[in-house]
Amino acid sequence: MTDATATTAASGTLLRVAGITKVFGTLKANDAVDLDVAPGEIHALLGENGAGKSTLVKMLFGSLQPDAGTIFWKEEPVAVANPMQARALGIGMVFQHFSLFDALTTAENIALSLDEATALSTIAERAKALGDAYGLPLDPNAVVGDLSVGERQRIEIIRCLLQKPELIILDEPTSVLTPQEAEKLFVTLDQLRGEGKSILYISHRLEEVQRICDRATVLRHGKVVAHCTPANETPASLASMMVGADVAAVQRTGAGSTGEPLLEIVDLVRHAASPFAVPLSGVSLTVRAGEVIGIAGVAGNGQGELFEALSGEVLQTTPGQVRLRGKDSGRLGISQRRRAGAAFVPEERLGHGAAPGMKLSENLLLSRHRTDGKAFLGPLGVIRSGAIARSTKRIVSDMDVRKSAEDPEAAALSGGNLQKFIIGRELDRKPAIMVVNQPTWGVDAGAAAHIRQALIELARSGSAVLVISQDLDELFEISDSIAVMHNGHLSAPVPIADATYEKIGLLMGGAEPGHAARDMEVQA
Amino acid sequence: MDIAQNVILTIMTAATPLLIAAIGELVVERSGVLNLGVEGMMVIGAVCGFAAAMITGSPWMGVVGGIVAGALLSLLFGFLTLSLATNQVATGLSLTLLGIGVSGLIGESFVGKAGIRLPSLNIPGLTEIPLVGKLLFGQDPIFYLSILLTAGTTWFLFRTRAGLTLRSIGDNHKSAHALGIPVIGYRYLAVMFGGGCAGLAGAHLSLVYTPQWVENMTAGRGWIALALVVFGSWRPWRVLAGAYLFGAVTIGQLHAQALGFGIPSQLLSSLPYLATIVVLVLISRDRRLTIINTPASLGQPFVPDR
Amino acid sequence: MRPGTWKFRREGEEGVIRIELVKRPQHSAFFSAMSPFIAFGLTLVFGAILFAAIGKPPLAALYSYFIEPLSEMWSVHELIIKATPLIMIAVGLSVCYRSNNWNIGAEGQFIFGGIAGSLIPILVPGFQNAATLPLMMIMGMIGGAAYGAIPALLKTRFNTNEILTSLMLVYVAQLFLDWLARGALRDPNGAGFPGSIRLSSAAQLPEIAPSQGGAHLGIVFAVIAAVVVWFMLRSTLKGFEVRLIGSSPRAGRFAGFSAPGMVFFAFLVSGALAGLAGISEVSGAIGQLRETISPGYGFTAIIVAFLGRLNPLGIIAAGLVLALTYLGGEAAQISLGVSDKVARVFQGMLLFFVLGCDTLIHYRIRVAGRAIASAMEKS
Repeated sequence: MTDATATTAASGTLLRVAGITKVFGTLKANDAVDLDVAPGEIHALLGENGAGKSTLVKMLFGSLQPDAGTIFWKEEPVAVANPMQARALGIGMVFQHFSLFDALTTAENIALSLDEATALSTIAERAKALGDAYGLPLDPNAVVGDLSVGERQRIEIIRCLLQKPELIILDEPTSVLTPQEAEKLFVTLDQLRGEGKSILYISHRLEEVQRICDRATVLRHGKVVAHCTPANETPASLASMMVGADVAAVQRTGAGSTGEPLLEIVDLVRHAASPFAVPLSGVSLTVRAGEVIGIAGVAGNGQGELFEALSGEVLQTTPGQVRLRGKDSGRLGISQRRRAGAAFVPEERLGHGAAPGMKLSENLLLSRHRTDGKAFLGPLGVIRSGAIARSTKRIVSDMDVRKSAEDPEAAALSGGNLQKFIIGRELDRKPAIMVVNQPTWGVDAGAAAHIRQALIELARSGSAVLVISQDLDELFEISDSIAVMHNGHLSAPVPIADATYEKIGLLMGGAEPGHAARDMEVQA
Repeated sequence: MDIAQNVILTIMTAATPLLIAAIGELVVERSGVLNLGVEGMMVIGAVCGFAAAMITGSPWMGVVGGIVAGALLSLLFGFLTLSLATNQVATGLSLTLLGIGVSGLIGESFVGKAGIRLPSLNIPGLTEIPLVGKLLFGQDPIFYLSILLTAGTTWFLFRTRAGLTLRSIGDNHKSAHALGIPVIGYRYLAVMFGGGCAGLAGAHLSLVYTPQWVENMTAGRGWIALALVVFGSWRPWRVLAGAYLFGAVTIGQLHAQALGFGIPSQLLSSLPYLATIVVLVLISRDRRLTIINTPASLGQPFVPDR
Repeated sequence: MRPGTWKFRREGEEGVIRIELVKRPQHSAFFSAMSPFIAFGLTLVFGAILFAAIGKPPLAALYSYFIEPLSEMWSVHELIIKATPLIMIAVGLSVCYRSNNWNIGAEGQFIFGGIAGSLIPILVPGFQNAATLPLMMIMGMIGGAAYGAIPALLKTRFNTNEILTSLMLVYVAQLFLDWLARGALRDPNGAGFPGSIRLSSAAQLPEIAPSQGGAHLGIVFAVIAAVVVWFMLRSTLKGFEVRLIGSSPRAGRFAGFSAPGMVFFAFLVSGALAGLAGISEVSGAIGQLRETISPGYGFTAIIVAFLGRLNPLGIIAAGLVLALTYLGGEAAQISLGVSDKVARVFQGMLLFFVLGCDTLIHYRIRVAGRAIASAMEKS
């Protein structure tokens, strides 16, 4: 590199992006995006789900190639052909959906991202030393599949730091952390900034962006709508930049009345079914008519296992562990539980809640062939496509599902629209009991508000609603009380009036209620 | 005692093609690709090996011909499954059907001709050592190669960076792609290695085991090799143990047929196939172990975003 | 350099051209319908090249392969005889493959159908009445289904890979049939040749048009089976279950369908149809139980199933095409001296092209050229 460029780099930007465009099929994921990051700053990339943040950083890291536009690194135009090249330039990345290998050890995982061959023992030493320096302890010989989400993120960060990057890209890092863990991460980021490193921080959480970021670039529908200084903004102004129009706030009409118990979970036990699953130990909870109960928790603490147990995809060992409308249902399969008035919406939309390659009308039949068999099926199980088409149409209009064709395949819908359809498919039955796992995961703000409102209204009409979510804001918005899942245990529900972020956060970290404060001191 | 030595020798000879084909497939599956075309590549290796030896007069050229033919055929599989992302099960099956068809056509003029045997090792002084001389120093060269291949594959997979990378791709090709590892490139190489091994295994059949060309002469050995990979839980030395076990079953039933015993020969001939089923049942019973051992991305098509 | 990538240099600028797959938002109905035809066309082109390579006139060879067998009535009957087992087996396989159960042992189930179905007329040759044939057919279906149930049981009970077990059972079935035909069921008056007694006329499937040729009632069974399975897959809850479990197993479980139940359903249906094909072949085409009763129908039917795009109506057409390659092989051998082995090469090629063309249903193929930025050369 010449002296001239070195001077411009010192005085200019570390990274500059000019007119970057990326098209997938008919969707412009990025439309002439401009962005610059100065040395030693934490720069936020703000935007709601689907705004194009991940697409942009994948291009910066060489995982995707832009269709137009230029990336400047220290004011030199560069083509980042692949992640190897990005790392060589000095760009590191911490992925949102981790890029780790379950079957390999921590050290092996780190070795795979280093471009020069290094002995595993050396890697282990260096990773441990670096982890201690930044307050990110890790065990180099642990098999990654056995680790918690937080531990996995630490590996990702250490792996990134080992390459001595000048720019670190973090994609929604706090979405898998408890509030307390997030605090620790912010300390680490501050330390890195102090060392002169730049950080591109992707988030849709306004509070944390305001707290730690020096500048922000806001994306909406693939376009840059604003460059701003978060400290000079209010959460409301940032939100309206992100979302565009004001999103109607969810209306909570009246407190949850305490009706009769509709869903009772009594000392539910489940052994780990696969090597990397979480066992459930003695989960108990009652959801009454008219109330919404939220289950908070960091991903991978048994929420998926609990959902499968409640839905009947996995049966209980004794009938009394799950009771639906007062009847022992632990040995009933999912169809019978549906017939008992329960409805279920799983976390994964494509491949679990809906079949990607099947039409919406077929996906309607997926969960309702037993509850609505009379309406949808004729003799010999012949499908009545007319009746199904009418119901599909009704759900689509009730939930405002936007689609491009009359009866498209599920995979052709956006995440938000498909989720509205799946929720609508169950609401259409007016279920007495509704169990939803991550109702608005990866869903845009408008659709999320619609879904939350619908869940509250279902409860107010006399149903019992159980919402499992990693999104604390969401749970505080809609729940009447919040219980917390940690390592297969479920805490007692905390009434919303007594619930604070700190209290719930401590429970998410595994603290016993009442002893929470003391445990934190011990940990520290 | 010489009889015992000869029996063990024939067991090893019977096991060698199974071992080589299985080691090749093991590497392919460790990269996350399921190639069910082993039988087809093996039979093509057998006929091309035989043809190359007959045409050039050199059994060594036969070995080379077998390897090259197997690798070329696997490239076809690679193009479809890796570049066109077709269903691996269906494509592998069609590779077997195509291989059997093409081998019949190529081999038509060689049917019934006496072949050329690849000479066994003979080191004066050592080969004549009683009891173990022939076993250690008197076997065919491909046997020694098969042991080297087993050791080399173990070393490669668990001691080299490229081996670690290959295993990582088999575990999670999305993560590997996100890190910038050329998933498809590695898989092409693995598939071609598997094809070359299957071709070599076939050449062993037509140049060592029974030096002649008979249509369909692999007789399901490619499928047994696939089962051996599962049996060996994707570890080379365990695959070797499995291959020798099957060699013993095969040779044992042949001896039993020769001796008579009044057992129908067809029943004895079906023993290796029945043994495969029994072994598969025993090894697959524990679901948890199967999940831990099986490369997690095995058989999943992969199309990178660009 | 990645596979499928070529470097180019133009006007001093260096760049790369690569072939990329781009996922379609919805599957293409056009290519869904056209892919078998494109594949067939490609097979013809490559077939012509193959013939030219072995020194035969390509067009004449293709003519004797694909046209000549259709020019005479008796030969059309031969075509139907060959197509009958292919269609019947492939229809069953379509249920298996649609539900993601990889039964590749139809050849064994075919053989067991043939054995079980012919037990009555061989062991009780005097039993000749209106019930003989229906009983034989039912016995054949039971035999095939029972043999198909083995890999299903092993898969559901012991988690055993059904591809390997069903295939191994083919070899076992072939050896078992060989043993029967040379031993227990051999015709005592057969001069020591293997094979059972010849079936009485009451135990033989009637020909549909005896004055024209030998096609037997089996083709009617095949067409009925295809239409019934087609309707089942398209318009009933069971068919929905098959498709759902096959495409998204987890969604299938969420829908309340039983995956092990589907394994048994698929294997029993395909086993029964393969068994029916087996006894139809023995009773309609061969007339006795021999040491081999199939020239690999069970494997060729796999090609038929895919060429018919796993749609039973498409399978009828595909079965006729594949049967044509068998007959064409014989015709070309007689008229041009082309090896009859070419037929199997044709079949294999056809399947490869079908699979390749199926990619077009879900992906667009894009040729992307991109100049490597000049900045790259500096750094």
